[in-house]
This record gives sequence, C-alpha cells and structure tokens, in this order.
Amino acid sequence: MQTTLIVGQIINGLLVGAIYLLIALGLSLIFSLGGIVNLAHGAFYAIGAYLAVVLTPRIGFGGSLVASPVLVGLLGLVIERLLFRRFYRSDPILSLLLTFGLAMVGEQTLRIIFGAAPLPYAIPEGLKGQFFIGDFILSRYRIAILVLVTLLVAATWLLLHRTAFGRVVRAGVQNPDMVGALGISLEPYMAAIATLGVGLAGIAGVLLAPITGVHPAMGAEILTGAFVVVVIGGLGSFWGVVIAALIVGVVRGLVVHVFPPAAEPAIYALMALILLFRPRGLLGERIQRFE
Amino acid sequence: MIRSEKMTRRRVIQGGAGLAAAGLMGFPAILKAQDVLKFGHLTPLTGFLGPLGEFAQMGVKLALEEVNGAGGVMGRKIELVMEDSVNPQTASQKAERFVERDKVACIIGEISSASGLAIAQVVDRAKVLYINTGCNSDALRGSDCKKFMFHVEAQNSMYVKAIGRGLLADNMVKGKRWYSLTADYAFGHDLLKVAKRFMEANGGQFAADELVATNATDFSAYLLKIRDTNPDLVVSNLAGNQITNFVKQYTELGLKFPVIGFAYDTAVAWGAGKGNFLGTWPLLWHHLLDTPGSKAFVDTFRKKYNKPPENQAWGDYQTLKIMARAMNEAKSIDPVKIVEFFESGAKFDIGKAREGYFRKADHQMMQEMYTITALPVAEIKNDYDIFKAGAAVPGPSENLEVIAATPEENTCKLS
Repeated sequence: MQTTLIVGQIINGLLVGAIYLLIALGLSLIFSLGGIVNLAHGAFYAIGAYLAVVLTPRIGFGGSLVASPVLVGLLGLVIERLLFRRFYRSDPILSLLLTFGLAMVGEQTLRIIFGAAPLPYAIPEGLKGQFFIGDFILSRYRIAILVLVTLLVAATWLLLHRTAFGRVVRAGVQNPDMVGALGISLEPYMAAIATLGVGLAGIAGVLLAPITGVHPAMGAEILTGAFVVVVIGGLGSFWGVVIAALIVGVVRGLVVHVFPPAAEPAIYALMALILLFRPRGLLGERIQRFE
Repeated sequence: MIRSEKMTRRRVIQGGAGLAAAGLMGFPAILKAQDVLKFGHLTPLTGFLGPLGEFAQMGVKLALEEVNGAGGVMGRKIELVMEDSVNPQTASQKAERFVERDKVACIIGEISSASGLAIAQVVDRAKVLYINTGCNSDALRGSDCKKFMFHVEAQNSMYVKAIGRGLLADNMVKGKRWYSLTADYAFGHDLLKVAKRFMEANGGQFAADELVATNATDFSAYLLKIRDTNPDLVVSNLAGNQITNFVKQYTELGLKFPVIGFAYDTAVAWGAGKGNFLGTWPLLWHHLLDTPGSKAFVDTFRKKYNKPPENQAWGDYQTLKIMARAMNEAKSIDPVKIVEFFESGAKFDIGKAREGYFRKADHQMMQEMYTITALPVAEIKNDYDIFKAGAAVPGPSENLEVIAATPEENTCKLS
C-alpha cells in the first residue's frame, strides 16, 4: 500500500508539475529573450482566471479557454510595446521594479473591480469526475490539463525549433547584437514572445480557476513557485524548465507524503541544492549577457 | 526660458486655485476635528485572510454610519482610521501609530491571531481599549489575555464545542479516527490543541494530523494521503483561502469521507461556490439567521453593498456598536471605566435570539453560535444561500458559558 501511495504521489506530482510548467514557461521565454524578470506574470495569470469567471457564463468554458488567453496576451503586447521594450537593454533592477509595480497595479485593480473575496468557479460538467486505475485515483480534469499542457509545450517547442521565427528568437537569446548586425530587428520578435509568454499565463489562469480560489492575490501565490522552476531549469533552456517543473511537482508531493510542514520550504531547499552544484541551473546555457 | 516662465505662471494659478479649494474644504474639517472621536480599525486586507478583512471594513463602515446618524458618542461624531494590518509586525507598528499619532479612543478589528497578539501587546502598554473581532486563538483569552482586550469573536474552544455537540450526537467521536489538516500558524496550532483535547476527552483518535503552510494552494498530495488513510472523519483546522482551495480540490477528487471544520468563514464557502462547497462548519453568525436584528442588518448591508454580509462583517459591525454603546452608557471614554462597564456583565443586543455579554474572567463575549451544512446542488437557489443552518448552540435554556473554555482548560490572569 505504501509503495502504491508513493507511486500515486509521484504521478500526482507530475500533474502538479504540469501546472507549474505552464506558468514557468512564459516566464522563462520573456526572461531569456528580453532579460526581463517579469514579476507581473502572476498578475497576468490572475487576470486570465478572472476573465474566465466573467466570460464563462457568456461563451462557456471552452470559449473562455480561447478568449481569455488571447485578451491577456493582447494586454501583454500593449504592456510590452509601452513599457517592457524600454527596459531590454537597461539594468535588470529597473525592469524588476517596473514589473513589481505592475504586479501590484494588477492585483489592486482586480481587488477594486471584483473585491477581495474569492469568486466561485467550478470544473465544467464534462470534465468532472475521476479515473481509477487499480489503486490509483486521477482527477479527470487534471488529466485534461496535462493533455493541454503537453500540446502547448509541444507547439511552443515546434515554434522555437522548427520555424524561421524560432531560429531568430533563439539567436536573439544567445547574441542579440549579432542578430542586429545581420540586419534583423529583434523588436517584433520580442513583442511576439512577450505576447506568447503572457498568453500562456492567461491559459494557466483559466485552467486553474476551477481548482483553486479565484482571488486578487492568486498570482502572487503561484509566482514564487514558478520562479523556482525557472531558476532550477536554467535560463534559456526549454527542456530545463520542463524537467524542473516536473521535479518540483514530484518533490513537493513526496515531501507532503513524508513530512508535510516542510512541503513549501522543500522546493526552495531543492533550488539551493541545485544551484550549489549547477549555478546555471540544470540545463542552463552559458549566455554571455547574463554572465 | 519663455516657455518655462509660462509654465510657472500657469502652475502658480493652478496652485492658487488648489489652495483656495483646500481652504474652502479643509478649514471646516479642521474645526470639526476637535469634536470628533477617533476609533482605530485594523484588519488584514492582503494575504490569505484578505477576503475576510474586506468584509470587516464593510461592516465597520456601516456601523459607523448608523452610530453617527444616531448622534455618535456623547454628542461627538466617531471618525474611523482604517489600516491594512498586513502581518504581526506591521499590525504592531500601526497599532502604535494609532495610539501615538491619532490618539484613538480605542482599536477594533483584526483576524489573524498572530497579529491580534501583537496589537494586544501594544494596547496593554498604552492602556488603550481593544476589541478583537476575528482572532480565534484560545491563548488570547488565556496565557496572553490582557486587561484592555475584549473579544467579540468566539474562541477556538467555543467553535470546537459548538460543532462538537453535533459530532457527539452523530457518534463521530468515540472510537473514530480523524484526519486533520491544520493551518501552520498561531491560530491553527491553537485550534489543533483545542480540537485534540475535545477528541481525546470523548474517546476519538487521530488517524493523522498534518500542518499545511498558509500559502499552499495545492491540496492534491494531502488528499491522496487522506484517501489512503481511510479516516472516519476529515477535519479542517484551515483558515481563509486555504479552505476554499481545500474544498474545491476535495470535490474534484470526489472523496466521500464526511468533512467538518472547526473554524470557518462564509466568504470561503461563497468563494468555493455551489457544487464545490461541502461539509459541516461552525460559525458565529450567518446571513440566514432569522431574528429581527439580524434581518435588519442583512437588509441594510445588501442595500449598501449589493451582497449579503458574512460573519466577519457582522463581527466588526457589532463591535463598533458595542463600543459606542458602552461609552455612551458609561458616559466616559476612559478605558478603565469602559473595562469596568464591560466587566459588570452588561448585556448587548447583537442581533441574535439571546443577548451577549463579556465574561469577566477572560473578557470573552458569551453568545450563541451556529453550525451550517452545505446543501446539495439541487436544493440551492442562488450563489449565497448555499447551506442550511442548525439551531443556536447552546440551546435556549442552557447557560451560554457551557461551550466556552473552562478556567482549567484556558487560564487567564488579568492584571
């Protein structure tokens, strides 16, 4: 029974990791290309969830799963064009202050419009229920999340590694000056990546709204975990983030199993440990700008 | 240069207009300030208790309007100074500022037991009156009790014994195995202690009791353990948003063990929503309570805020009214006089079937409590009336003190 439960916790941890991944991926993309530590990422996630609450009665869960991330992505585009782009080449501390401020503006705006109390939101009827495989229990809804996250991760990978767009982006991550010298302006690429990254946060917001409380501070709640994933995975590394998210999910699940009070601190201890041996993270590449 | 001169001239005119406006509006305010009485209000607006703090502010503002509308305190209008208490350290600093800078006549509010203790230490030094409206820890009425601190919020023991009666009646304690999840901070630890005492005294045992960080949002790993442990009862000693996340994910995984909580706020049930909310929970007051005082409060609150009040709104609303009445009847704002008035056993209409009073020994308000049980989805008519309420505890013929901690269970030495 004990082994079954541990295996159950590992499987569940992978599902939780998929959720971390969705948030961390956008964070990592924006950081890798623009060097912006987007502390407002959680706010975009929260806005995604609130849009789902508002839109679902009108266009259903499926509709809001598309519309909400698109709207959040467009908001990201506007903010990138107006604000982020002024900070790509400046001291990272400035963009840190900017996004910290944006995060607060986002959270307080949600509080002013919707109030501080959590808003009700349920799993759509078709996705309620559980799967039982032997002794294991799996939430049908989380399986749906896993499938969707897998598709999104695959699509993002294809975009970055199999298209002309992706080649420029990856070159931009490594050496933006050389990309410029070749006569390619990185600006539109940066705008596109910011839209994509922020849009991913919006999707995460919609997907998590049915299983966590929808309240203004929900973004701040998940942001630190997502940062831990990015740091563990390593900057500029696509697969690093994927692996780190799954590891963090599984480690947290196992610590809950063994010693619950340490569950939240455990992921920070994990990060410290990994940085001790691999200062650039698990699969972090050597990026000249950040050295 | 010319341009900047123009700007300067324009600025001067604007500034002048501003000054004039400030003069028109500001002077009467300054004159009025002399005969207003300041009350300090602290409550967390951010973090996992933030949703409750917002209701606290709504409640206290409504009471302020009513009290000032009825003449205030001895002819003086009350002015509320409201702040976000954030965490124990900030709560302490802000309480200190209320005392030093604003010279408040009293402080009311707070929800976090850790912050409540910080405020208590400030008022104890400064000898300023404080009524706690949301901190449940028994310790605040026991080892940490203070002469100038009173409690409209019920203590953990009252919550545990209020719902505990139902558990005993349903045979859910003797020989039963409980699985409890506890919020990992002052309130949770205190509640766990009280819950454990009740359970052991009545022949129950823990299948497991586990601490959960207040910032934890994913409960799935805990839920798998619960399922594996196969307990007779799942017990929540969680707080704030934790409860919303917990019940949502409990429903998600479709677990069938009965769920109860030893602490609860209606906002978290509304936040989980119909179909997600489940279990049986104790509380101090609920918006379906059928008494004239309660209905009048719900009606006015709904008119002002377009939604029904929850228990935290009730607590801060009643507390400001209690404080104003005490000052009016004692004909004094001297904290020592007010303490005497409260300790005299004065009864207060708090919108419940029976009046409440402060117990002299630990300054806890003795009052009726309730339990509520989530309704099945088919029986729910709107987003707010998602539970049915049980009768008041203690019953009409019982002493109100039977659900409170005994002096042996929780010893308070008021100096």
